[in-house]
Amino acid sequence: MSEAHPSRELDVADVTAAVRELCMTANFDLPADVYGALRAGAQAEESPAGKAIFEQLVENADIARDGRVPICQDTGFAVFFVNLGQDVHLVGGSFDDAVNEGVRRGYADGYLRKSIVAQPAHARANTTDNTPAIVHTTIVPGDEVEITMMAKGGGAENMSSLAMLKPSQGWPGVVAAVVDTVSRAGSNPCPPIVLGVGIGGTIDMVTVLAKKALLREIGSSHPDERIAGMEVELLDRVNALGIGPQGLGGTQTCLAVFIEEMPSHIASMPVAVNVQCHAQRHKRIVL
Amino acid sequence: MAARKIVTPLTDDVVRSLHAGDEVAISGVVYQARDAAHKRLVALLEAGEPLPFELQGAVVYYMGPSPTKPGAVIGSAGPTTSGRMDAYAPTLMSHGLKGMIGKGLRTPEVKLAMAAAPAVYFAATGGAGALLARRIVGNEVIAYPELGPEAIARLTFDDFPAIVVNDCHGADLYEEGRKTYARQER
Repeated sequence: MSEAHPSRELDVADVTAAVRELCMTANFDLPADVYGALRAGAQAEESPAGKAIFEQLVENADIARDGRVPICQDTGFAVFFVNLGQDVHLVGGSFDDAVNEGVRRGYADGYLRKSIVAQPAHARANTTDNTPAIVHTTIVPGDEVEITMMAKGGGAENMSSLAMLKPSQGWPGVVAAVVDTVSRAGSNPCPPIVLGVGIGGTIDMVTVLAKKALLREIGSSHPDERIAGMEVELLDRVNALGIGPQGLGGTQTCLAVFIEEMPSHIASMPVAVNVQCHAQRHKRIVL
Repeated sequence: MAARKIVTPLTDDVVRSLHAGDEVAISGVVYQARDAAHKRLVALLEAGEPLPFELQGAVVYYMGPSPTKPGAVIGSAGPTTSGRMDAYAPTLMSHGLKGMIGKGLRTPEVKLAMAAAPAVYFAATGGAGALLARRIVGNEVIAYPELGPEAIARLTFDDFPAIVVNDCHGADLYEEGRKTYARQER
């Protein structure tokens, strides 16, 4: 290297402390955009039973925030999206170990449920500390570390789908895949839901795109007008199903659809639909 | 519509009087059991061995709570997806189970078993675990503590809010509700 670039030291103990706090606040305190969407839903919903569900969900979020108790007993798989500045020099141990230690402490100290089992096809023994976490790290310019924690519940995750469509199926094929996923899920994923849709890439990347899409703020439009239009169309089609809050029938099945797109192989058109329940819990910190 | 108050254990007469769409407030003992506990209960029944609780007239709640904070009765305590218990539910109903509380769709086999039993399926609001915990006034683990959140607990409900989704007469609130609000596309 011809020019020495200053690097910033960051002790991974700071990462552990931040992750511990993120795990707790994500599970106690619904993000403002999601809370606002629930309040708006109570006004917009035409079904009386559905309206009552929205009102319950707002009250539930209030109780959780004020009492520092989990919004939902399923406090989720701990999923992290990390943007690691390339000028940061991490010291004091392994980054992934530090994240897992933060999860361990946050789930213990916050009285959060430990929902992870080892050997899924056999013993299904609880790992007892909600680890391992899932960590997606991207190296970015700068000297900061941005960590976003998502508490991903099992019920909605189970209703998610992946389709390797033929390119000839085009956009109508994508619409059909998304509508079919929501239709089959019905009441299972705790509607009103949020949908993260990945289009393109490879089988691994398309699912990451779908999950990453869920981090968008409800009420925000995609900066690309074409994709913003796709999101509006999908939201309308999904809400036309009539599933409604908790599947009891209604006009507000889905609060938002977020799409992340990337180029695909000439032979492929992967589509992933990540279904998120109304308790869309995520929190972000910059170190 | 005011919720109808019902008390566990449930009799066949009460079960038959419940209809899809009825809002209820459930009081009395309800047993917490989800995937791993169901697997063990059905294994006991198949082996002809006694269960850790009386199944006749019983109501089970498909739920695995978050840990109880000091001074609290229970952690957050909302329903889990019922469909995962579909493989076990007909066996339990044939041995006296009268009520199930959860959320989400049931299979045709479970609905047939409900008609035969008779038994009823209630939905509680999924994701409202902090709110629902306030209606649970007793909580004692009675079997399989090693399963952690999947242990069986004897819960005591006080006007726990739920809605009848599947009654023993074949009606299904999920299907009816969806039909009412579905829009025809183009």
